[in-house]
Amino acid sequence: MTKLNKNLNGDSNNTMDTISITEKVSLSLKKRHRKEKRFKFIGLFSVLFGFLLVVILIGDITSKALPAFTQHWVKLDVSYQASWLNMSDYSSQNPMTKQMKKANYRNVLKKSLYEMFPDVSGRKDKRRLSKLLSSNAEFTLKDNLIASPKLFEKKTQVWVRLDDDVDSYLKEEFPLGEAGLRITQQQAQWLAQLISSDSIESRFNFSFFTASDSREPELAGIKGALMGSLLTLFVTLLLSFPLGVAGALYLEEFAPRNRLTDFIEININNLAAVPSIVFGLLGLAVIINLFGLPRSAPLVGGIVLTLMTLPTIIIASRAAIKAVPPSIREAALGLGASKMQVTFSHVLPQAMPGIITGAIIGVAQALGETAPLLMIGMVAFIVDVPSSIVDSATVLPVQIFLWADSPERAFLAKTSAAILVLLTLLLIINLSATMLRSKFEKK
Amino acid sequence: MTAITLAKQEQVNKTAKNDLSQTNLSEIELTQTVGNIYADDAKMSIRNANVYYGDKKAIDNISLDIAKNQVTALIGPSGCGKSTFLRCLNRMNDTIDICNITGQFTLDDEDIYAKNLDPVLLRARVGMVFQKPNPFPKSIYDNVAYGARIHGLINNKAELDEIVETSLQKAGLFNEVKDRLNDPGTGLSGGQQQRLCIARTIAVSPEVILMDEPASALDPIATAIIEELIDELKDKYTIAIVTHSMQQAARVSQHTAYFHMGKLVEMGKTEDIFTRPSHKLTENYITGRFG
Repeated sequence: MTKLNKNLNGDSNNTMDTISITEKVSLSLKKRHRKEKRFKFIGLFSVLFGFLLVVILIGDITSKALPAFTQHWVKLDVSYQASWLNMSDYSSQNPMTKQMKKANYRNVLKKSLYEMFPDVSGRKDKRRLSKLLSSNAEFTLKDNLIASPKLFEKKTQVWVRLDDDVDSYLKEEFPLGEAGLRITQQQAQWLAQLISSDSIESRFNFSFFTASDSREPELAGIKGALMGSLLTLFVTLLLSFPLGVAGALYLEEFAPRNRLTDFIEININNLAAVPSIVFGLLGLAVIINLFGLPRSAPLVGGIVLTLMTLPTIIIASRAAIKAVPPSIREAALGLGASKMQVTFSHVLPQAMPGIITGAIIGVAQALGETAPLLMIGMVAFIVDVPSSIVDSATVLPVQIFLWADSPERAFLAKTSAAILVLLTLLLIINLSATMLRSKFEKK
Repeated sequence: MTAITLAKQEQVNKTAKNDLSQTNLSEIELTQTVGNIYADDAKMSIRNANVYYGDKKAIDNISLDIAKNQVTALIGPSGCGKSTFLRCLNRMNDTIDICNITGQFTLDDEDIYAKNLDPVLLRARVGMVFQKPNPFPKSIYDNVAYGARIHGLINNKAELDEIVETSLQKAGLFNEVKDRLNDPGTGLSGGQQQRLCIARTIAVSPEVILMDEPASALDPIATAIIEELIDELKDKYTIAIVTHSMQQAARVSQHTAYFHMGKLVEMGKTEDIFTRPSHKLTENYITGRFG
């Protein structure tokens, strides 16, 4: 201190051979500033790089997913002739409504289509023509007639879905003969004819959100997987949150410090590092084979994911509980609160924001998990929307995996769209967690 | 360098002149407590107390009485064990695993370390105010009401309102906060927070209040208010206070105990300790030669 003062006053004895401290400091200051600038630049670069990657990812997925949200429909001139329907002998014993359910709509569809294109002849051409339509088109006709029976024996116009290959061809406008697109020159001509007569329309694909999985891309929807994911998450959260918080509270507040506690601690940390597929094997061996719970069920999926989520929640909760200032605990203890009262009226509410953050990280992990669920049979092809936690179901990431594996071109868009739905779900969960967190912090 | 440290430096120089360096001071033997450790009307009595933190002995064979409806000040240099001792009086050290306590501690002739005595019950009778104001992150009302609620002292809302109001009044805080009882307690100033903590302690109607340097984090004006409050409170409660400020001990207490390196050096009436200390160490401490 005195030396600095002397130097500042300029009356140091050896100013000749040493530069003053002020100069030294200012020299090193430049270096320090340079270092700071460099670090700031690197930091900014990393942030921007990460952000750019996210933008590219989302942009790419979104652009690929867009075709999945629309579907081309074609307007058909249909005549519900009794002979075509194979419904000639209806009587009081055999009422018309009952027969309508069993009628031959495929025939109506074909005959109506051939009437629209009178010059098409020959079995091969006729087959190609009917291949333009979705395999689901006959059911559209059926639903239409049952909804309004007065159309019987009359001519009407019905919109039906086009086949997925046709749909992809119309959306992407690939040159004909492109690998993967099975549209012939002739079929393209028919389509051009239909377009010129305003008979083809692109509509929003509601069935993507209301239907379950299907072998036909134009019919496949996300609802089954979405419900499966929500049911599985529900089970996971219901089990892992109370168990995790109780475990963390016990270890932090009540457990005696001894070898056993240390051993448990080490094992919890190890559990967090176990590859998730191992949990799937455990679920298969113990929960399904030993306890006999149903395969492919969200209940089993939830239990397996709980095993995976539990260490994350416990570790995060313990950190949050540790961060509660000891003065609060002392204050309550000093007033004569019991350990239980201190824990539940002061420690837990104070640690809640941190605990919720941990739980959300755990649940978000669980939402994106595929491997352990493959082992317990949630990879099965399931056409029904699950309505309870013991129904067979699949989950979004597994659905994405299944669609990505399918050869039909239209599943490419479906895969991307399902990824978008998964990301949106994650975003919603994170947003609600942030809101919940800030609500607890205000208190 | 601040003025205070300079002044201390001077003191050290003086003692050096008097041929009493710091090392010599600590070598003065501490065999027995001098003065009078007994009180005519003892609320709490401690005999042969020893406290260990693991292998380290923090309190070495201390015996003293805490007089009923009076203020007993515990003074001494940092690390002398006075806070540790105070925390033994309502078993706050129970929460520290490595802390080991021996000796006899009684409250109204009742052993407070008896196996069948629940520390929760003891702490309802012996309240504590801490060095750093530590209100709960709840409303002012809930802060004061908390103790009464957990002990089930009240039957209805009106009774609780009554307890909150009288406690805040006793702590001299009611007029300042009566319009914002639902505001968070952490939003008050430091001095108000400490008085809120005192009100919170009073609300449980303890018999003894332990104060661990209650004014050390406060400015002089807030300190003066707290000291006045302590003086008023002693009519109803027995108070033991740990303080670093000798002036404070002289102002608020009737009895003073001087601790040094885990031992009780001297105890007696406050006016005697500060005017006619019997032990050399006490004299050196209160005249500001070290500490």
